[in-house]
Amino acid sequence: MRFFESFELALKNILAGKMRAFLTMLGIIIGVMSVITIVGLGNGMENYMVDAFKSLGTDTLNIMITGRGSSRSVSEEKMYEIVEEHPEYFLKLSPMVSMGGVTVKLGSETLESPSVTGVSEDYLEMKQYLLMPGGRGLYYVDVRERANVCVVGTYVSETYFNGDAVGETLKISGRMFTIIGVMDIIADSGETEEGGADDVIFIPYSTAARMSGIGVLNSYTVTLVSEDLATPAKAAMEDELYDIFGSDNAYRVQSMSELLGTMTQMLSILITVLALIAGISLLVGGIGIMNIMLVSVTERTREIGIRKALGAKERYIMSQFVIEAATTSVIGGALGILAGFGLSAVATQVIAAMTEESLTVSPSIASVFMAFGISAVIGILFGYLPAKKAAKLNPIDALRYE
Amino acid sequence: MERNESPLIEFRSVSKHYYMGDNVVRACDEINMSIYKGEFVAIVGQSGSGKSTCMNIIGCLDVPTFGEYFLGGVSVGTLRKNALAEIRNEMIGFIFQQYNLLAKSNLRENVEIPLMYAGVSKSERRRRATDVLTKVGLGDKLKNRPNQLSGGQQQRVSIARALVGSPSIILADEPTGALDSKTGLEVLSMLRELNEEGNTVVLITHDSSIAARAQRVIRLEDGRVSYDGPVSAAPGVGGDVRTEVGV
Repeated sequence: MRFFESFELALKNILAGKMRAFLTMLGIIIGVMSVITIVGLGNGMENYMVDAFKSLGTDTLNIMITGRGSSRSVSEEKMYEIVEEHPEYFLKLSPMVSMGGVTVKLGSETLESPSVTGVSEDYLEMKQYLLMPGGRGLYYVDVRERANVCVVGTYVSETYFNGDAVGETLKISGRMFTIIGVMDIIADSGETEEGGADDVIFIPYSTAARMSGIGVLNSYTVTLVSEDLATPAKAAMEDELYDIFGSDNAYRVQSMSELLGTMTQMLSILITVLALIAGISLLVGGIGIMNIMLVSVTERTREIGIRKALGAKERYIMSQFVIEAATTSVIGGALGILAGFGLSAVATQVIAAMTEESLTVSPSIASVFMAFGISAVIGILFGYLPAKKAAKLNPIDALRYE
Repeated sequence: MERNESPLIEFRSVSKHYYMGDNVVRACDEINMSIYKGEFVAIVGQSGSGKSTCMNIIGCLDVPTFGEYFLGGVSVGTLRKNALAEIRNEMIGFIFQQYNLLAKSNLRENVEIPLMYAGVSKSERRRRATDVLTKVGLGDKLKNRPNQLSGGQQQRVSIARALVGSPSIILADEPTGALDSKTGLEVLSMLRELNEEGNTVVLITHDSSIAARAQRVIRLEDGRVSYDGPVSAAPGVGGDVRTEVGV
């Protein structure tokens, strides 16, 4: 008896009891579906995170100086020196002065959302932000003179100045600032939104530092020659800072690409754990199959007896039941894959509707193959015991079985 | 009964013992018998006489505890399960009291089963199953399920299944037990025809009147052979019974 015939027989038996077969498969279906959806969710989250980090710049280092007591600190001139001393790693430096909680007013109207950041004249170039024609970026002279000038994002310009902001004025913490330039759209999506990447105001860091009353600048962004150099560049920066402070508690150097790596790793661990938990339902599904197969062997004791009397060898009976279990499991797996894709599509929609973020739950082909393989293996594994039981039945007793 | 040819079935002091706790049940106790090709033998006995055990051994479903069983000159007592399965497949055609057809399969599929395990190709199987079902008069019901048939028809399907592999022995275990007397007689005449065509038929029954249809009777009592000879001389299977069943 050939494999194909056993398979045909198995299929016939499964189709003879569709409802029962479906219920038997349900565990496998749910297991495969959850594994595929969870892995798909993981992929989606990873893609989303990579995109988010890319927009922050994976070719930059962020440096935070916390200082060591009040005795030592590092001046901005020293930071510029460090960057110039390592042209193999560093391109440009910009101090960052984040002005949280300032009020921005246009006439008597208060603008709630824009973030105000003090940066150097190089910042726009470092971030590759483009300016709309008709304006200019920050100049060195603006920094030196602590000029009250600013560059605004598209959202600010469009929303409050009908897209024609250059030359207009804004009040930031009671100071009058002249808008000297408007940036082109920054957001990847090509759409500006409140509180987004285009709802920003950049002013000279020197101005920002004075307004916030910061004596010593404590936050910097450095661009790197290449993204791949993130690790050695970070090390070089840390060495320099260690020489100044004599302690590694006084500063923190953050590499976006390193951070991305760490977070991706954490995410993949999380997803693996979740997928394993979902995998437990595959195991439970397998036990369900074994259970039904055992019942089926008992129900079909007489059939087994007849087959044996008519000359079926143990291995034929064995393969008949193993193939039946495996076929059940694999059909369950296939249905689970379909359900997994369905659920992924639904999850994508639900996430979009609930969070207004576009996170695509994308099941990987690898997880599909794995789910399929695992369900086949489970079928064979859990089909083995009932099949063994069937094959070992004594034909005389089996024939007499009522 | 002396013959020159070697017997098809030969029991040499065949015993089958079952151990139940400390008790030994001797289902077969040193049975000697020989059945030759072309014979129609009835093994008859009350329940507990050991005829079922005898049948199981003849049919290679069981092996003797002691003694030797030769089937076609081969001692089968020492064979492994797979070899026994092969012998059953090739040499024995079973007919059971309860027909033992597979309810989920149609008639042709039922009849094909022995050929399937013999590794016969699908088209050949179909052809032979169709032929033999036609022979037993069910050529028009190939696609029917067993439960759509009467008892007599079902037993004819199981005869077809027994015949399809051209076995050396047709082994019928109470083939009329579940049938009314009329259909029972039809089945018996069919067995007789098969015997006349040259098949060796071994009939197991508790019913002397059924046994009377055979040429030779082997009567078992308490696991031993109490009579082995022609039907005409068999005690309790004599002339009146033969008339009664209409021979």
